[in-house]
Amino acid sequence: MTEQGIGAAVARREDRRFVTGQGHYTDDINRRGQTHACFVRSPHAHATLNGVDTAAARAMPGVRGIFIGEDMAEVGPLICGWAITDVNGEPHRAPPHPALAIGKVNFVGDAVAVVIADTLEQAKDAAAAVDVDYGILGAVVDPATAAPDGQIQIHETAPGNLSYEWAIGDQAAIDAAFEGAAHVTSLEFTNNRLVPNAMEPRACIAEYEDGTGDYTLYLTSQNPHVHRLVMSAFHGLAPEHKLRVVAPDVGGGFGSKIFIYAEEVVLTWASRHIGRPIKWTAERTESFLTDCHGRDHVTKAELALDGDGKFLAMRVNTIANMGAYLSTFASAVPTYLYATLLAGQYTTGGIYCNVKAVFTNTVPVDAYRGAGRPEAAYVVERLVEAAAAETGRDPAELRKTNFVPTDAFPYETPVIMQYDCGDFAGSMDQALDLAGYSGFQARKAESKAGGKLRGVGFSSYIEACGVAPSAAAGSLGAGVGLWESANIRFNPTGNVQLFTGCHSHGQGHETAYAQIVADKLGVPYEQVDVIHGDSAKVPFGMGTYGSRSAAVGGSAIVKAADKVIEKGRKIAAHALEASEDDIEFAGGNFTVTGTDKAMNIAEVAFTAYVPHNYPEGLEPGLDETAFYDPLNFSFPAGTHICEVEVDPETGSVSIERYAAVDDFGVLINPLIVEGQVHGGIGQGVGQAMLEQAVYDNDGQLISGSYMDYTMPRADDVPNYDVGFNGVPSPLNPLGVKGCGEAGAIAAPAAVMNAVHDALSDVGVGHIEMPATPLRVWQAIQDAAA
Amino acid sequence: MTVSVSLTVNGEAVSADVEPRTLLVQMLRENLDLTGTHVGCDTSQCGACVVHVDGESVKACTVLAVQAEGADVKTIEGVADGDTLHPMQQAFHENHGLQCGFCTPGMIMSALDLVKNNPAPSEKEIREWLEGNLCRCTGYHNIVKSIDAGAAAMRG
Repeated sequence: MTEQGIGAAVARREDRRFVTGQGHYTDDINRRGQTHACFVRSPHAHATLNGVDTAAARAMPGVRGIFIGEDMAEVGPLICGWAITDVNGEPHRAPPHPALAIGKVNFVGDAVAVVIADTLEQAKDAAAAVDVDYGILGAVVDPATAAPDGQIQIHETAPGNLSYEWAIGDQAAIDAAFEGAAHVTSLEFTNNRLVPNAMEPRACIAEYEDGTGDYTLYLTSQNPHVHRLVMSAFHGLAPEHKLRVVAPDVGGGFGSKIFIYAEEVVLTWASRHIGRPIKWTAERTESFLTDCHGRDHVTKAELALDGDGKFLAMRVNTIANMGAYLSTFASAVPTYLYATLLAGQYTTGGIYCNVKAVFTNTVPVDAYRGAGRPEAAYVVERLVEAAAAETGRDPAELRKTNFVPTDAFPYETPVIMQYDCGDFAGSMDQALDLAGYSGFQARKAESKAGGKLRGVGFSSYIEACGVAPSAAAGSLGAGVGLWESANIRFNPTGNVQLFTGCHSHGQGHETAYAQIVADKLGVPYEQVDVIHGDSAKVPFGMGTYGSRSAAVGGSAIVKAADKVIEKGRKIAAHALEASEDDIEFAGGNFTVTGTDKAMNIAEVAFTAYVPHNYPEGLEPGLDETAFYDPLNFSFPAGTHICEVEVDPETGSVSIERYAAVDDFGVLINPLIVEGQVHGGIGQGVGQAMLEQAVYDNDGQLISGSYMDYTMPRADDVPNYDVGFNGVPSPLNPLGVKGCGEAGAIAAPAAVMNAVHDALSDVGVGHIEMPATPLRVWQAIQDAAA
Repeated sequence: MTVSVSLTVNGEAVSADVEPRTLLVQMLRENLDLTGTHVGCDTSQCGACVVHVDGESVKACTVLAVQAEGADVKTIEGVADGDTLHPMQQAFHENHGLQCGFCTPGMIMSALDLVKNNPAPSEKEIREWLEGNLCRCTGYHNIVKSIDAGAAAMRG
């Protein structure tokens, strides 16, 4: 490790522009002649569109164009890119989602028309004058009752509001295992619906140049090339080579900026008709109404144990709310990103999971930080904790009894995953230490003396990230490959530009990737620049989500660096008059083995661009591109331990301690990794204690602003004690595992297990997320009654 | 109809013709091209738009531009001393107090107002002070640490 190479806690280079207000987010960009868009959105959850009268609006000052769904009939509908096969063998039902509604609206916020005017104020004023005749229909809101017979039908092509029923595992065998169990733990719960709430609202600017036929789209995207591909191939907006997608500084994503949304499709299409650049920036309420939400499961889960506490089998039935349409990757979330993680860290004998994905008149639900894996970890870790309580076992010991042992890797789970490596018991022990578990009973007694309840909860999560081996993803229904690209370009003077297909929207790639390049090529860190987010600059790449940027994107960088070294070896051998086989590369120097004859990589680069004395037949230049397709997911795992204190008088819960020990393999930059863990836990605590998207029976989102939706604030969350127990992954050249989602995956179960533990003292058996003071207080009252 | 507004921003006298309904944050961003002040919500909750007006932290989305007539406004662009970061900016950098950076200008402007009134805030005081500033990336741990370190650096 060099001072600023792999493993160094380098403070981020991108910080300077952000702490001085010099970032360039999409809304900070203004284009010459720019106009502004305002969308007319349905105020009803479910209604026929009987007519849209735009005449009055068209006559208003500054209006340049108003478009409705029929105007865009040539543009393909929004698509779902992951095909799930129903248990009946048929493909899932994915009703078309026109960017502007045609004939019918299916959720509050569904776009009906777009108004484009010279100023935003003019666009808003004119949008208010668009007269829409709605025929109000009854709304389907509750996923648990969305699919029975005789219900209100949302889409003609999805009978019973069912997108698909999907299952994994041998149901009969699992049922038999339950028959023979010494103990069965059974739980029913919801996984609360969340709103991602990246602090930067979604935004885009679309621009068409008539002289060249080129489109440019500035967009809050986690994956500009995926946007370009889908908008070209499926919406037919422009051929790929005529569409440039630029994702500049992006203020957080958490999944919500993966997807292809109506707004960027409409603006790109309209920019050609208007002949001016068009800008749209979501207001926060629009974000609540249109950004894909996350989670929203209703689950019954059962765990069968033998007399020694070994897990025999697990049976899970889940209803997953898809919202009004299948969003870009929505179908994969409650299936391959969920049920495949139900083995957790354990040697559970068999698992059966059935998932019914239903449509409701709500915002589409898609991947949000963790995407399926927080839901899975919650199922597994709530079951395990409840089983420990029910059978009188210590929750840590019960887990250890069932952990996959360190000598069992690679380990095939019953749900098609092969874990590469891990040290589950080691992480547990380290976490017990970090949490001061041995002192818990004393602290509990102290709380009790003060009239408070104290509880401790565990979450020994595992997740699969670094999505994903393309062949495996394809066999499961993915419509895309999930490799990543990297291009390392030396300049003649020896500095380096790294072009990556991943995208940084807070993860610090500009720093961490430069560390990888500096480490692998021995170039000073300061002389490496990282370029991302512009389809006109970087090679085609799949973007950043699913904690893939280190394991997949980083591996592509290593592969490109290896190619640079191979070419450099040829150039150095020629210059040093040695055989290629005798050239060693280390620390940025090509050396003739056993001699002091050497050439550093900057000199090699110069020679490559000024090839006066150069190997015959070798191309000039030092510029190598690599595409890396991962061999497997990576499997971060660890144990988080949360300790809470509950005030039974008010129902308020405070997190007194939170300890996390995670295995992320090799850490590229521990400072950044710790930050990722903190942020993930923060969101997980939010899910457990504060957040919920609430719809009323008419399908109105009644938690649609920061006045109503409880975002975690600084005084809602604790300090986090973070430790690492890294077991390098043998499956990628860096030995890394993804770290971006682990906190959000682990935390809800850790917090809720602690809350349940505390409340068990007053006879409360079950409480749902979020454990708000009202809910906790009510549960305490009900238990006492 | 527009009205002319004149004020001092980051030490410079500026003026702009704006609609009466224009918010201070819109004037800063659209008329003065000071895009470091961000808009993250429409209910004065997120604090991404915090600036200083006559030395006090204010949410610029909750002030009409015309209300700032004659005021002395400081934005995030006016915090550093030339090329040298302010100690609070430096502390956010060193302590990884930011990830996507969107809430950061508001966090720093808010923190500076806290430290002006309370040069050595406790962790609890920092957390309570930040109740008007939302961050979705950091879980607040490193923001609190940054403000603590920044306050210490400012005390010298």
